[in-house]
Amino acid sequence: MGYNWDWNVFLQKTPDGSETYLSFLLTGAMWTLAVSLASLAIAIVFGTFVGVMQTLPGRKARLAARVYVEVFRNIPLLVQMFVWYFVVPELLPDAAGQLVKQWDHSLFFSVVLCLGLYTSPRIAEQLRSALSSLGRGQQMAGKALGMSTTQTYRIVLLPMSFRIILPPLTSEFLGVIKNSAIASVLGLIELTGAARTMQEFTFQAFEAFAGATLIYFLINIIVVRFMKRLERISAIPGYTAMQGGSAANGKN
Amino acid sequence: MLFDIDWQVIADALPFLIFKGLWFSIRLTLVATVGGMALGTILALMRLSSVRPLSAGAEAYVNGIRSIPLLMVIFWFFFLIPVAAQMIVGSDTPVHVDPFLLSVITFTLFEAAYFCEIVRSGIGAISNGQVNAAKAMGMTYRQTMTVVVLPQAFRIMTPMALTQMIILFQDTSLVYVLSITDFLGAAGVVARRTGRLVEMYLFAAAVYFFICFFLSTVVRRIEQRLAIIR
Repeated sequence: MGYNWDWNVFLQKTPDGSETYLSFLLTGAMWTLAVSLASLAIAIVFGTFVGVMQTLPGRKARLAARVYVEVFRNIPLLVQMFVWYFVVPELLPDAAGQLVKQWDHSLFFSVVLCLGLYTSPRIAEQLRSALSSLGRGQQMAGKALGMSTTQTYRIVLLPMSFRIILPPLTSEFLGVIKNSAIASVLGLIELTGAARTMQEFTFQAFEAFAGATLIYFLINIIVVRFMKRLERISAIPGYTAMQGGSAANGKN
Repeated sequence: MLFDIDWQVIADALPFLIFKGLWFSIRLTLVATVGGMALGTILALMRLSSVRPLSAGAEAYVNGIRSIPLLMVIFWFFFLIPVAAQMIVGSDTPVHVDPFLLSVITFTLFEAAYFCEIVRSGIGAISNGQVNAAKAMGMTYRQTMTVVVLPQAFRIMTPMALTQMIILFQDTSLVYVLSITDFLGAAGVVARRTGRLVEMYLFAAAVYFFICFFLSTVVRRIEQRLAIIR
């Protein structure tokens, strides 16, 4: 086979001489984590709003939420990224558009906003099914205690729903990490981008991709462990059949 | 000031976008769905097999593929397939493989991991009584699977498999990174040539939206119909 193996490539310096390729990949991994965590935060905030809207009695709120979910779910992520990065600044008023284009961090924030909004409908759908699985009893109990709709959601329904959606949230978390690789297409050097850059500079494709793949495995294991612990800590004793709730209780 | 949309650019580029770009995406989606489904079924049977090396191998493959980004998988296969072909043919340099074929192989191998999980959940939904009944009638493993279990499992998982196909159609846009002229790639080519990025990317978004929205509405219908029959 005509491939030249060279695992020492990880200890070589990058062309600008500032770091080794190993630390170059690890820096990429840090960007992957930064993008993923920020996007997940946005996704949870928007997903919560939209998920709640879908369970409200009002027709208009439900329709608006439905449109939101369909739009973000039916356009490929890469296309959405192009729209946020290339199209939106053009459509803004002149001054604002210029400001966005000249801003140093516009790439990072376009990516995070895009990935966050892309992920939010999935979280909204999970929250919606969790809210409806709670049944009307809880909602009525809130009303009986004299709570307003906002209070019922905030104090009674949402805390319970978030516990229910923790297992599917784990896979959303893993999904966001994987999807963040698409940011490399716009030039953000996260983990996949770093591996690709390393391959282009050194021609050691196998080593570069294997390094990045291993780091992805590692991140996955850490995230799964962390979420399991979060599930254990937040579980309400005796509420679900499976103590702490496992992925098996999809439909209650 | 709001941007003025230049509809003419879209109209001029339409034949190229549809017949070259969209056609590539659709062909890739269909072939990779069929291939991924076939390979995914084999992987699912391997995972459920009592032969340890088979189930462990399938599990490692499925979990491995599912835990790295599709983009990473694309880079892997676009590097590995020409090298593998080189070893098979015995030439000195990596073999040049047609981009469409390369995409088909990559997406088939990638989607197989996801279809495997769908088939597995479909088989999991068939009660054990069915398998026992087949055994009681003297059917072999092969007969049990092909005559009793899989036909029912396929029926149950049809909505999930079709949803996965829609996701696959969206995922094919990623071949853009390898400068392949799929639908998004074609839109990108026109965008750069004419400098009308806004029109081309908005148009691409609209086309993807309508196709995927239409398909997911159809899938919902099918789901309802299957639910009544069951």
